[in-house]
Amino acid sequence: MSEYWNDVIGGSKSLLIGLSITAREFFKPVVTEQYPWVVPEMTERFRGHIELIKDEKTGKPKCIVCGMCMRGCPSGCISLAGKKPEGEKKKALTKYHLDFTTCSLCGTCIESCNFGAIQFSKDYNLASTRKEDYIFDLLKRLEEQG
Amino acid sequence: MTVPIECRQDETFVLNLGPQHPATHGVLRVKLTLDGEYIVEAEPVLGYIHRMHEKMAEDRNFAQFMPNTARMDYLHALAFNHGYCLVVERAAGIEVPERAEYIRVITVELNRLISHILWWAAFLLDLGGFTPLLYAFDDREQVLDLLERVTGSRLTYCYFRFGGVYNDIDDEFITGTYAFIKRLRSRMPTQYHALVTGNIILQKRLKGIGIITEEQSRRYGCTGPVARGSGINYDIRKNEPYSVYPEFDFDVPVYHECDSMARYMVRMDEMEQSMRIIEQALDKLPDGPVKAKVPKILKPAEGDYWASVETARGNLGHRLVCDGKKNPYKLKLRSPTFCNLSCFAEVSEGMLLADALAFMGSLDLVIPEIDR
Repeated sequence: MSEYWNDVIGGSKSLLIGLSITAREFFKPVVTEQYPWVVPEMTERFRGHIELIKDEKTGKPKCIVCGMCMRGCPSGCISLAGKKPEGEKKKALTKYHLDFTTCSLCGTCIESCNFGAIQFSKDYNLASTRKEDYIFDLLKRLEEQG
Repeated sequence: MTVPIECRQDETFVLNLGPQHPATHGVLRVKLTLDGEYIVEAEPVLGYIHRMHEKMAEDRNFAQFMPNTARMDYLHALAFNHGYCLVVERAAGIEVPERAEYIRVITVELNRLISHILWWAAFLLDLGGFTPLLYAFDDREQVLDLLERVTGSRLTYCYFRFGGVYNDIDDEFITGTYAFIKRLRSRMPTQYHALVTGNIILQKRLKGIGIITEEQSRRYGCTGPVARGSGINYDIRKNEPYSVYPEFDFDVPVYHECDSMARYMVRMDEMEQSMRIIEQALDKLPDGPVKAKVPKILKPAEGDYWASVETARGNLGHRLVCDGKKNPYKLKLRSPTFCNLSCFAEVSEGMLLADALAFMGSLDLVIPEIDR
């Protein structure tokens, strides 16, 4: 019988403690982010999908088409191509595709690039229902960014 | 002559516990034979989320396997990063700068903290309490923001590199970490202990339930909080020290009650110990480089190498066999949860179904790490 009363007293105590903590939390400021109305800003090191960097002097991508990022990628999600324009010594980038469906954002491509030609973007709104939407044409993206 | 199941006279029946959906992360199936509400036989069925990580290691070079390590234990990803880095560094004879070792310890311990916080939240959800989850996520979010600042990701980190870390920590991270520890310490007695640990419902559901004896724990190779809740004082950070752990003063919480409550208490105490380690590491943080010069393609000498680390769930071992080529000949992982789960079948015999679920929660299972 004493066990029964112990349970009753212990139970009411637990209940009161729980309610008092909940009541205290109730009057504290909201901690959740009000997402669609308040858009969070990504940190400097946030790892979105990769993007090409433009050379400010020439207005073209910094990439020299060496293919180190393509070989370094664990999942083989980068495919690129380039050709020499007539009368020039260096190759120019003609295609840079990223298959984001298999990318794991490890940063190996960025580390293996010796020319600082790629970086992580800050894009995170990437929801889609079609797989094809995740094959990014990064060259086109760079041109669109202007 | 065997009797078909439908004609059995003992009135037992088979109940499949999970998996909910093959695409969810926690896909463990337990085939339960029940007599009323009591478990006669339990058989965990694995393999729903097997992704051949060990095989994948064999056809990639050493650096390319790095992102895979975080996908195994998504709750303590940095410890898996650490374990793999450790074994490759041993094989290739790479020295890690001291500052990098400190950063590794700080981030791994922060990750251990949020792993325990998330376990706590999910465990209480299993027991039917929803409110604590919200408090836990509030705290967890603070650490995720801190780790996002330095690592760039929030869950499946790929932050460690052979010979160091990807990039340095900044002052904002350091002050943020101090502030978080202060905040968690102030919340621990109320939101965690007063609200939950002292709660009569939790006590009644955990005390004396799911007893894993010391002998059973040794027999099944349990490690981590499961072993320490059974009275075994075993922590890789103390027993086989690695990195800069010997330089810190921390205790290994051990409980001798062997029940679910003991395992719960081990994890709660470990959170405090992790905070102590982080504080000491931040106080002593040396200056210097965060990454040693390491060739892009590693070719370790032929040999058989082993390294183990303490993750939030126990002893994680990596065995690496090299044949002098640029990819591993074989990489074998000894994951803690697989051993911790294996005692479930024996211990849960004769248990009430509801108690078995509480017991399973107290094992802190992360399925992708079991299946790999």
